[in-house]
Amino acid sequence: MERELRLMKGNEAIAEAAIRAGTDGYFGYPITPQSEIVEYLMEAKPYETTGMVVLQAESEIAAINMVYGGAGCGKKVMTTSSSPGISLMQEGITYIAGAELPCLIDNIVRGGPGLGTIQPAQSDYFQSVKGGGHGDYHLIVLAPASVQEMADFVELGFDLAFRYRNPVMILSDGAIGQMMEKVYLNPQKERSGTVPEWATTGKPPDRERNIITSLELDSAKQELFNLKLIAKYDEIKEKEVRFEEFQCEDAEYLFVAYGTSARVCQKAVQLARNEGIRAGLLRPVTLFPFPEKQIERFAEKVKIIFSVEMSAGQMKEDVMLAAAGRVPVFHFGRMGGMVPTPEEVLDFLKSKITGD
Amino acid sequence: MTEEIIIAGFGGQGILSMGKIMAYSGVMQDMEVSWMPSYGPEMRGGTANVTVILSDEKISSPILRQFDTAIILNQQSLDKFEDSVKKGGIIIYDSHGIVRHPGRSDVSVYHVNAMEEAGKMNSPKTFNMIVLGAYLKIRPVLSLENVVKGLEKSLPERYHNLIPDNEKALKRGMETVSRIS
Amino acid sequence: MTEVTGIKDYIKPENLVYSKTRLMTDNILHYCPGCGHSTAHRILAEIIDEEGLQQDAIGVSPVGCSVFLYNYLDIDWQEAAHGRAPALATAIKRLNPGKVVFTYQGDGDLAAIGTSETIHSCNRGENFLIIFINNGIYGMTGGQMAPTTIPGMKSSTSPYGRDTGQMGYPLKITDIVATLPGTYYVSRQSVHTALNVRRAKRALRKAVQYQSLNRGTCFVEIVSNCPAGWKMTPVEANRWMEENMLPYYPLGDLKVPSAETSVIPDNKE
Repeated sequence: MERELRLMKGNEAIAEAAIRAGTDGYFGYPITPQSEIVEYLMEAKPYETTGMVVLQAESEIAAINMVYGGAGCGKKVMTTSSSPGISLMQEGITYIAGAELPCLIDNIVRGGPGLGTIQPAQSDYFQSVKGGGHGDYHLIVLAPASVQEMADFVELGFDLAFRYRNPVMILSDGAIGQMMEKVYLNPQKERSGTVPEWATTGKPPDRERNIITSLELDSAKQELFNLKLIAKYDEIKEKEVRFEEFQCEDAEYLFVAYGTSARVCQKAVQLARNEGIRAGLLRPVTLFPFPEKQIERFAEKVKIIFSVEMSAGQMKEDVMLAAAGRVPVFHFGRMGGMVPTPEEVLDFLKSKITGD
Repeated sequence: MTEEIIIAGFGGQGILSMGKIMAYSGVMQDMEVSWMPSYGPEMRGGTANVTVILSDEKISSPILRQFDTAIILNQQSLDKFEDSVKKGGIIIYDSHGIVRHPGRSDVSVYHVNAMEEAGKMNSPKTFNMIVLGAYLKIRPVLSLENVVKGLEKSLPERYHNLIPDNEKALKRGMETVSRIS
Repeated sequence: MTEVTGIKDYIKPENLVYSKTRLMTDNILHYCPGCGHSTAHRILAEIIDEEGLQQDAIGVSPVGCSVFLYNYLDIDWQEAAHGRAPALATAIKRLNPGKVVFTYQGDGDLAAIGTSETIHSCNRGENFLIIFINNGIYGMTGGQMAPTTIPGMKSSTSPYGRDTGQMGYPLKITDIVATLPGTYYVSRQSVHTALNVRRAKRALRKAVQYQSLNRGTCFVEIVSNCPAGWKMTPVEANRWMEENMLPYYPLGDLKVPSAETSVIPDNKE
C-alpha cells in the first residue's frame, strides 16, 4: 500500500485522514485549538469528491446529536472539539453510549476548568476514561503521541467503534494538534455503501423496524442492558489494551505518560540514561482500556513509578490502582497550558531518587 | 545527527514560516522533523517562537528547554533564550533593536544584519530567508537545493514566482553572516 | 319481520367503513383518554402508508409524552435526547438524501430546551418535516408550565396562572420559523373535531409530499389538548382549547410555497 508523505499539523492530519478513511459525515463547531479541522474540511470540499458530509453545527450540543443521528443510520460519522465543547457534548455522548452507536469523537484538550486557557493540557482524563456523562458507560479512548497517530487513529477508531458498537474518543491535546511532523497517509478509501443490520435505513417489508434508543423504563430490563454493556467493556479490556514500552527492560524508574507528556518523558529517559539513571517509559496508547496488567508487572520490578501528565494527577489514580501499593507512585505535571520540559521531568525524578 | 533549534522574535517577522520552510526542507532531505509553535505563556507580549528539530532519528520530545542553536530576532527573545543554548551551541542574532548583546562565552555567537540587508535588497519580506541563509552557512545541515524544494512545498503556488528572490536572500545571508565570538 | 342476526353477519368486506391503520402496531397506546396524540399518530401513519413511504420513512421521536412513538408506528425510528430531534434529523437526511425524515416533538422539547436546534435546522433549510404538538403544558412530567402556556393558564409550576410579568410570554415559535427563508411550508392545525382532523391530515400530507422536493424545512404545528394535565374532561378540554388556545394560536397556513415553487397540486379528499 503506497502511503503519501506529508508534513502536517496534527489537526490537519485528522481532517485529511478522515476524508481518506471514507468517513460519511463530520459535524463540528469551531473552538480553539482545533478549528483547523473544520476549516481544513471545508477547504478540501470532500462532499464534491467522496460525498462526505461536512457541516458546521450551531453548537457542540447540536454537533454531537447530529453524530447520533448519523451513527443511528450506520454511517461512519465523527466530530471534533476541545475541552469546553466536549463538556457540552457529554449529554449526547452518554445517549450514544446508551444506544450503542459507533462514532468517533476527537478532543484536542486545552486547560480548564471553565473557559480556562487555549493552551495544551491533559486535564480531561477523568472525563474521557471514566464515562463523562451520566450513567455506567465507557468510551474506548485512544491517546495519540504523534501527528502520525493523529491520522492513524481515525481509521483505528472507526474500526473499534463499529466492532464494539461503542463511541471512541481520540484524546489528544493542543500541542499535538498544533505541531507539524511527517505523516504517511493511507490512500483514499471508498465510502462504504453498506451499513450494519441494526441501522435505521427505512423499514423494508422483510425485517422488523429498527429502533435506536437508550430508553428502557423496565428496571429489570435496564439492569440486563447494563450487564450487557459491562460484558462488552470487559471484552474490550481483554482484547484491546494497547501500549508502548521505551527502554523498560532494565528500568529501575518507570514513567507512565501518554500523548505529549509521553514524548517529553521519552527525552527525559534519554537524558536520565546519559547520566547513568536507568529510567524507562510505558506509554498507554489506549487509556480505556488502561494497561493495568503491564503496570502491575512493572510494579514488581521497578523502584518508583512516575505518572507524568499535564493535569493535577488524574491518570495517577489509575496507575496507583494498578500498582496496588507495591511501589511508590508520584505524580509530576504542569497545568494551565504549561508543558513540562524533559529537564524538569528529569529533575523531579532525581529529587525522588535522592529523597529530597 | 540531531539539531534542536529555537527561532524567536516578534510576531510578523516570518518566524513560523521560516521554521516551516526548515521543516519542509528536512523532509526533502529525508530527515525526521518536528515544528512546534510557541506555546504556554510565551505566546503573550507580541513575541513568537518556534522549536524546529531536524534529526536522522525518530524525534522524542518536540518540547525542549535546551537548544543546539538559538536564532534570535529581538531583545526579549535574547533575554529569554540566551541561557537555553547548550554549552558549545550557537547563537545567531540580528542586532537591529538590540541594546544588550549576547554575553555567553561558552557558545559561538554570530551576527547577521538581516533587517538592513533586506532593506538594501528592497524586499523586506525576505528578511527571514536572509536569517535562514546565515544559519545554513554556519550549520549546513540542509542543502540549498533541498531548501529551495522546501520553499516550493511550503509556499502556495501563487507565490512561487517569489522563489528566486528568496533564493537570493538565502545567499545574501550566507555571505553576510559574521562571527562575533 | 326480519330475524335479528348476530354481529358476525355484519363483518363483511362490503360493510367495511373503517379499519385499523395498517402502519399502527398492535401495541396499546399509553395516552390518556381524549389526548390529541393518538389522532395525530393515526393520521401520520395513514399518510405514510397511503403515500407508500414505509420503506423510506425515518422518524425521530422526542422526550415528552410521545417518547414511545417508536412503539406505535411500524417504521424505522431514532429516539433523541430532549430537544435534539432536529439535530438528529439533520444528519439522517443529509446522509440519506433519498429518505423521508421527520421529527415529532412537543412544546417543551421543541420550543424550550430545543429552541436552538429547531430554529437553526429551519434556518439552514434542512429538508425534513417537523411535526410540533402544542398543548401548552408538560404532560409527561405531570403538568408543568411550558413555553407555550398561555397567559393566565394554570399549571403545576404556575399554580395561580401564567403571570407574564414574572414568567414571560408564550412563545409563538411557529410564527418565528415561518419568517425564516429556510422554511418551505409552515402550517398550524388541530385535531379536536372531525373537520379539523381532515384539515390537519391535508396539511400533513402536503408537508410529507413536499419532502421529495428538498426545498426546505416543512413545519406543521398541531394545537392540541391535555385533559389530564389541564384537569378537565376530554370534552371540556377541547372546548377550553377552542376558546382560549386557538385565539392565541390561530389555525391555518402561515407560509405556503409560492405559485412558481409549488409543483404539487392541492390534495383532494
